[in-house]
Amino acid sequence: MKKFLIALLFAPIMALASSANVHLDKWPGSVGDKAALQNGAKLFVNYCLNCHGASYMRYKNLMELGLTEQQVKDNLMFTADKIGGLMAVAARSDEQKQWFGATPPDLTILARARGEAGNAGAGADWLYTYLRSFYRDENRPTGWNNVIFENVGMPHVLYGLQGQQVMNHETHKLELAVPGTMPAAEFDKSVSDLVGFMVWMAEPQQEFRRTLGFIVLAFLAVLFVVAYALKKEYWKDIH
Amino acid sequence: MAAGNFEKYKSDGSPAGNALEWLDARFPATSMWKGHLSEYYAPKNFNFWYFFGSLALLVLVIQIVTGIFLVMHYKPDAALNASGVPIAFASVEYIMRDVPGGWLIRYMHSTGASAFFIVVYLHMFRGLIYGSYRKPRELTWLFGVGIFLVLMGEAFFGYLLPWGQMSYWGAQVIVNLFGAIPVIGNDLSIIIRGDFVVGDATLNRFFSFHVIAFPLVLIGLVAAHVLALHETGSNNPDGVEIKANKDENGIPRDGIPFHPYYTVKDIVGVVVFLMVFSAVMFWAPEGGGYFLETPNFYPADPLKTPPHIAPVWYFTPYYSILRAMVWNFFGLDAKFWGVVAMGASVVIFAALPWLDRSPVKSIRYRGPITKAMITIFVICFFILGYLGTLSPSPMGELVSQICTVFYFGFFLGMPWWSRMDKFKPVPDRVTMK
Amino acid sequence: MSNQGKVDCGRRRLVVATAAVGGVGAVAALVPFVSSLLPSERAKAAGAPVEVDISKLEPGQMMTVEWRGKPVWIINRTKDMLDTLPKLANAVADPKSEKNQQPDYAKNDTRSIKPEIMVVVGICTHLGCSPSQKFKKGADEGMPGDWLGGFLCPCHGSTFDFAGRVYKAKPAPTNLEVPPHVYLADTRIMIGEDKKGA
Repeated sequence: MKKFLIALLFAPIMALASSANVHLDKWPGSVGDKAALQNGAKLFVNYCLNCHGASYMRYKNLMELGLTEQQVKDNLMFTADKIGGLMAVAARSDEQKQWFGATPPDLTILARARGEAGNAGAGADWLYTYLRSFYRDENRPTGWNNVIFENVGMPHVLYGLQGQQVMNHETHKLELAVPGTMPAAEFDKSVSDLVGFMVWMAEPQQEFRRTLGFIVLAFLAVLFVVAYALKKEYWKDIH
Repeated sequence: MAAGNFEKYKSDGSPAGNALEWLDARFPATSMWKGHLSEYYAPKNFNFWYFFGSLALLVLVIQIVTGIFLVMHYKPDAALNASGVPIAFASVEYIMRDVPGGWLIRYMHSTGASAFFIVVYLHMFRGLIYGSYRKPRELTWLFGVGIFLVLMGEAFFGYLLPWGQMSYWGAQVIVNLFGAIPVIGNDLSIIIRGDFVVGDATLNRFFSFHVIAFPLVLIGLVAAHVLALHETGSNNPDGVEIKANKDENGIPRDGIPFHPYYTVKDIVGVVVFLMVFSAVMFWAPEGGGYFLETPNFYPADPLKTPPHIAPVWYFTPYYSILRAMVWNFFGLDAKFWGVVAMGASVVIFAALPWLDRSPVKSIRYRGPITKAMITIFVICFFILGYLGTLSPSPMGELVSQICTVFYFGFFLGMPWWSRMDKFKPVPDRVTMK
Repeated sequence: MSNQGKVDCGRRRLVVATAAVGGVGAVAALVPFVSSLLPSERAKAAGAPVEVDISKLEPGQMMTVEWRGKPVWIINRTKDMLDTLPKLANAVADPKSEKNQQPDYAKNDTRSIKPEIMVVVGICTHLGCSPSQKFKKGADEGMPGDWLGGFLCPCHGSTFDFAGRVYKAKPAPTNLEVPPHVYLADTRIMIGEDKKGA
């Protein structure tokens, strides 16, 4: 009876949980790869920071990627003059609203915001798929559309690298119509680096946080051993 | 165990002894120590389920301490800063990035919020299976239900403060629930918000409630909860009253001093809890998107509702019950009945001491009906909780309606099913398993 | 409960061990809380060195820049102003700048790197008010008749000369502070930073 009831209640739950989502490609990178993050930082500053801010982030934090202050100043700082300054956007938000119809969102923690319930890390997959899914669409004011973000206000800023994709309306697949400067694999790697940078930027101390976790857990394990021995010792009295 | 009945401390002549004698003549120091710890006799057969009371106290301390430090840096301000971000939202990211150690304090607080509810739910479940709410501990239980209600309010107010999308729209939806109350509803929700939509005024008053008003009430209720418990003495997994069997010194034969025996035992519990807590905090602070909901990484935008709003996980069972009510009764619309059902689903816990008519307290000596009912109740609670995190769907609605019926059936049918069961004889003394 | 009252060595050792390990943990747990009280990255960024262009600062003029939320005065002293300094050797409390209120490179007669350019934090060393300019000699600005020009703190009446040196028998205990600074070029000063490696 009990089992039957449980089955009765859980069956529809399973059906609900398996509702289909948009397919996302798995982000292949990792936030531990400093070289990739440096490359991603360069791409981010060159292609994203013109329109989007990263306004909770300080240029100084970029030194945590293994760069010197001078390297950050020479290669990654175009608008700001202070290393301790915020990576704010140069354009004004009200002007941007006129150009794009919406203010481009701040990107500092976008990788976290794009996660989902039950899979907080999905933001990286979403970004990795999104940035590779632009295609030509003459009906859009920017001339671009996106497979996983329909009628997006953002144009394809990386098209020089990727080339121009078009939608094949029979197969519903994207095809490369005009090649860019990068072969497909190289472009995917670049996007992966860029996404890696955004994942890192969303929480720059995340690697340290994980490491600290191991230290704390190891310490608590030691504390557990002595505390448990103490408990055993006292509870010898109790019968 | 009245605290005043203990002898005053007599100095042994040492400076420390003299100081304690001076203190004890003016303040019930030793009598409180004895009455609540070293000569508070707790049943010796506490099991796993008895850790969660002291753990709840630990989490309360964590929340208060981390909260004090967060208030030093957080700013409850809905106005936009130079980058066009609400100041409150930006101040949370400021804590996460610019304040040294701030990210750790914030994660302790956000993980602590969920941990609080996990611990409290397990603590309540303990009361349910061992009949801890039964006579003579009804008042302890009522204070406990009070703590639970205040905790829900505290969590609700606190959730608005990061001023993210989920904070904003969650508050918008919950405050609008009050609008369902006939006649006064609309005015009531305006009074709660201090504005016609959730805005800066709402943020500031929620901040005030979250950091001052509710914590004060919470601490008072916790003190009352513990005092009431220590007056009656603790229940135990056998549901046997240990005070019924005392030795020649008036000490319960099955009781052991809380200190040192349960202090050293609770320290082990605390360490294990901290291991689980740290594992979440350091390796999955978002709690898989349930402890920190991902839409809350977008700043609040009054013009754009996120595609899917769900309350934080600890509210979702009641939220599902709210959504399950889709019928109009007695000329009042479904929205009103949803609010009533949701409120009732929380408050009904307070009635447990009078709903339960079983001749024995502990589930150990109760029969299959009780075990089945509690199992079904827990399953329904989980299903309601899970459905509350999903978008509404026809199938979800049907399932949540079935579960809602079971949920209330469990409580309202209790006076009958709790008596119908087969019972085993209860021993005179506690058993050590 | 039979061995209550007896000192049990094994038990005591375990109590001490648990308390010690737990104590270490408690101290470690204090680290994030105490460090959160330190200046944040924002405060540090706001306190970053300030670059100043003094090419437009005429002789006899003073400009004020903000560094770490404090006013820093840059005074282009005339020959006349500089000439007052030796005359005041007996009137000021610390004529040779013995007290550590300036970097070594400003521990000289004019308390500056270049004799005419004075860089000084405009905060009275008494209780933190900002002194006001009393550049005119004599009693014109309400000062005593033998006044040679300098600064007067409006709060408690401390007076300072054109090198920021405090007069004797005034509440302020020390001369005004000279902040670390460095010349990036002839007319560009970086305040808050020494020469690299210094």
